Amino acid sequence: MGESMEQLAALRRSIARIEHRTPAEAASLVATGHDAIDRQLGGGLVRGRLHEVFASEAGDASSAAGFAAMLAVRLGGALVWLRTDEAEAQGGGLFAPGLGEIGIDPGRLLLGVLPDPLALLRAAAEVVRCPEVGVAVIELWRSPRPLDLTASRRLSVAAEASGVTALLLRVAADPVPSAAQTRWAVRSVVSKALEAGAPGHPALDVELLRQRGGPGGQRWQVEWNRDRASFHESGCDETALPGALVSPAAGGPAGTGWRRTG
Amino acid sequence: MRIVALDRRALSLGLMPGMMLADARAQVPDLAAVDHDPLADDRLLERIADFADRYTPLVAIDSPEGITLDITGAAHLFGGEGGMAADVERRLEGLGLTLRHALADTPQAAQALARFQSAPSADEAMAIRRLPIAALQLEEGAEVALRRAGLKTIGDLAARPTGPIAARFGEEATAALDRLLGRADSRLKPRRPAPALYCERRFAEPIGRTEDALRVIADLAGEAAVVLEERHGGGRRFAARLYRSDGALSDLMVETSLPVRDPAAIERLFRERIDALADPIDPGFGFDMIRLAVPRIERLAPTQLQLEGGAISDDAMAALVDRLSTRLGRGRLRRFAPRDTHLPEQGVLALSAVDAERAEWDKPEPGEPPLRPLHLFDPPQPIDVIADVPDGPPHRFRWRRDHHEVIRCEGPERIAPEWWRRHDRSGLTRDYYRVEDSAGRRFWIFRNGLYGKEQSRPGWYVHGLFA
Repeated sequence: MGESMEQLAALRRSIARIEHRTPAEAASLVATGHDAIDRQLGGGLVRGRLHEVFASEAGDASSAAGFAAMLAVRLGGALVWLRTDEAEAQGGGLFAPGLGEIGIDPGRLLLGVLPDPLALLRAAAEVVRCPEVGVAVIELWRSPRPLDLTASRRLSVAAEASGVTALLLRVAADPVPSAAQTRWAVRSVVSKALEAGAPGHPALDVELLRQRGGPGGQRWQVEWNRDRASFHESGCDETALPGALVSPAAGGPAGTGWRRTG
Repeated sequence: MRIVALDRRALSLGLMPGMMLADARAQVPDLAAVDHDPLADDRLLERIADFADRYTPLVAIDSPEGITLDITGAAHLFGGEGGMAADVERRLEGLGLTLRHALADTPQAAQALARFQSAPSADEAMAIRRLPIAALQLEEGAEVALRRAGLKTIGDLAARPTGPIAARFGEEATAALDRLLGRADSRLKPRRPAPALYCERRFAEPIGRTEDALRVIADLAGEAAVVLEERHGGGRRFAARLYRSDGALSDLMVETSLPVRDPAAIERLFRERIDALADPIDPGFGFDMIRLAVPRIERLAPTQLQLEGGAISDDAMAALVDRLSTRLGRGRLRRFAPRDTHLPEQGVLALSAVDAERAEWDKPEPGEPPLRPLHLFDPPQPIDVIADVPDGPPHRFRWRRDHHEVIRCEGPERIAPEWWRRHDRSGLTRDYYRVEDSAGRRFWIFRNGLYGKEQSRPGWYVHGLFA
């Protein structure tokens, strides 16, 4: 029994050598700050790998982009964000103060806007190969033809070689097999209201669809705390649920008192 | 219709520019005439000026038909002035042009000699004195007046005191005379400013492979690096110009975000540039000269080249920025810089990453949820809104054919128009609301104009989306 275990381990090592993969233990893990998610991931998100974030509807694009930005805050390092002209037109341009509100220093962001998905993937390959980059967010809308299994495998190999964490942000696309380490689906969810019925901190419904070498298929509702740069359990109060809908106009911001802003 | 220009043969038949075409046809019935196309003439002249760039970087166009070169210190490369003139004639022969050239101490003298000299003369000063008055290129009236006064050549005019000439024929006449005789300071106005530094290499046999050309560029970068190092400088822009033996040119330009002088880095950027070209460089019959120019030299401390990779060094990121900007085009890679304005869509400058310095941004207020959206629409997108009262918060809205029920709302945050920036003090006050719909999507919407004061029916817009 012991002998076969040893053989198995040796076999795994030689496969890893053939695939030029450093075993996951050696790569560093970055905790998300959300206990249940970290437990599920076996400690955290693996740095230097390809991770996919899906927004199945275009309406969730900002939530998914926000999730990618939050992961980038956790991962740290220089951030390069690549998108297409189409994404800029349909989903709105990335707004630097808004990135700052999530916790990213806009001064350290490099934004690449490419004419088409093919050019984007080429640029992405270049960026992911560059070890000075901390996180590369590669934003693609729908399912363009150039993004196939080979392309994602290429990104994943480049990420492993350089240690750059590649976040493939897929908007209005359905999950398909790929070489990603983890695959997430993100939806927006009603936030916990602040005083006077004001929208609260970013709240997301995050589903871990798949992870390489681990269980997938769990779902959490998380809230992002910018000041602590961490995810935590969304403490959604009962009144915040759509069932107990209170019209803000009827309830009135003035009626329940003001929240100090600015 | 009048005749603008004639070829040598037509001139020998007694035709003159300025004649009526009908008169000319009466003299020479089978005269071939084409429409005058000044734009095409200019283009040809530009092309020849580009070609002449191989002799000296100081090239000026002297409209409508001349090109002036400052060959100070350049003639010896072609075996003296005579050798250079012969080289120009040999190379331009193929274009079917009739050339006249002249060499003189001042640009005006050279131009006048090339245009008006009728017989060769041993001495430059003598030649200028023999030129007709027309060489001054004065207005029609002044020229006729000079001729009526019996002053037919430059020599006639130069022999007289300037005071009476200026009084009678205008200041312009004496000024033009001074420039022609070299008495006044007259300079060439080159088409392009001369680069701060350039290195070039000429080949006895044209080279045909792009790979070889690239190696020459690397060599030239090495030569440039020596000079740059002496001056403690570096370049942020490098322009390589490949001169094809048939006169065509290829220009390649690379830029860097920090000053560099490392030949390997410069060569790498040129390689990227060539790889990224949509249509590859056509060497044709080969390049016979390559020039690498550094338009401006900037300060670069000598220590920078010895810096070895740190954790995240600015240099390493700068190299990536340079490589990507060279490959993707300089406008494609951007960095954000804040701008001092209240209008959100104007508050951010997206600068080309090659040019931009890393900007400092304000930290958001602790404890607050995001008050500014992650995605911003420019221009804002119009929506249909139902509100309880016209100047109240929104209740329900329709955007991109979907209905959104507002369940959370905060606002208004009032952003006034920047009247101090506009002459007519127009512009509408915007009332911004952060709203969340029943699906948990968060929007930044605004009412454009104060109800009842600025607008009777203010419009509503979605300006941004929160995470």
